Amino acid sequence: MNSSPVTDADLHAFLDGELPPERHRAVEVWLAAHPDGARRLESFREQQRALRRMFAPVLDEPLPEALIQASRSPIAAPRARPRRPWLQLVAAVLMTCTGVAGGWIARGQQDAVGMAAVVPLPRQAAVAHVVFSPDVKRPVEIRAEHEEQLITWLSKRLGTAVRPPRLTAQGFELIGGRLLPGNTGPVAQFMYHDASGQRLTLYVSTENASNRDTAFRFAQEGPVNVFYWIDGKFGYALSAGIPKDTLAGIATAVYEQLESR
Amino acid sequence: MDRQTLLAELPRLRRYARALVGERCAADDLVQDTLERAWARFGQWRADGDLRPWLFAIMHNLRMDQLRKPRLDLVPIDDDVPELPVRANQSDRIEVADLAAALAQLPEEQRAVLLLVTLEEMRYADVASTLGIAVGTVMSRLSRGREHLRQILAGEAPSPQLRVVR
Repeated sequence: MNSSPVTDADLHAFLDGELPPERHRAVEVWLAAHPDGARRLESFREQQRALRRMFAPVLDEPLPEALIQASRSPIAAPRARPRRPWLQLVAAVLMTCTGVAGGWIARGQQDAVGMAAVVPLPRQAAVAHVVFSPDVKRPVEIRAEHEEQLITWLSKRLGTAVRPPRLTAQGFELIGGRLLPGNTGPVAQFMYHDASGQRLTLYVSTENASNRDTAFRFAQEGPVNVFYWIDGKFGYALSAGIPKDTLAGIATAVYEQLESR
Repeated sequence: MDRQTLLAELPRLRRYARALVGERCAADDLVQDTLERAWARFGQWRADGDLRPWLFAIMHNLRMDQLRKPRLDLVPIDDDVPELPVRANQSDRIEVADLAAALAQLPEEQRAVLLLVTLEEMRYADVASTLGIAVGTVMSRLSRGREHLRQILAGEAPSPQLRVVR
């Protein structure tokens, strides 16, 4: 048996430690005499190393909240009704990650029970702020270093040109942005921070069907203050955990910049 | 099966799903479906059995169901938005982007075997029972998968479309 020719299957089994010890040694001897075979084995070994290296970082990623929830026994811990409704929305937002997988629509409908079918703009924005702004490692999908790419991508997905305003004069720098699910389609979120690390998000929706412009409105959602307004098909909401007056000043700056375009 | 043991399996389930499916959200959705089905079939789990192969088998079955059903089209995201964890390393001989694209080109059945052997370091016999196939089939798919991947990376096989919208 040990003298039988070394096949491709032997090489793979050798690499994976699946050969009996004797056969393993026989393959070793064979490899020493067959550089082509040894090179071939090396290419598979390198492939193996590259695959492990490529996916190793996934093991260290923070677990998405939806998955932590799903690890909980549905019997032992029937889904508690959260006292704060925005927490429930956080769960809903996290769940409907993209909608690529088949089951999400059905799940979304189940979750819609006891929740308004259409979530008002300031609440959507506040939830998105609460979800993403504390994220240290991955607060945005595309960072400000790639601003042009960010603009191109978000404009394409929203089907209309969107561009983050400059808030440097107000002390805020752009961190980047991301795409999110709104009530009926994609919405954009731009995130900024100031020198102290305080984060601010601008939520841009193109879902406004009524086409009725509004003045600035203020809402408070849990710890988050939100200024929002509607301009044509666009709905804007500026959220941060900063005082109302300060936020109003920034909202004015955002509005002026958007108007002057 | 309890919450802690399930939580401990999550990173590996996510890694495999990410490598198999490619896209982060779709992969996490698959993991979430797996957890939900695991709880629903909790009664079928033998307490003396290993949790991990059982979870991987559930995930495999769900994935097969998913592939049989027509799905929503993915929007191809161009502009080089990285979707895979990228650890930049100039000394890597195989570039991460090339590898990801090559992996996506493998037939799903070859990719699944290759990933269970490579990432999960499963024995051939365990791969066979997880996927519900014979050990001989595991070996032939593994052999074809590795060779296929090697050819694509070496530029030997014609690569049809780098971004496949499935």
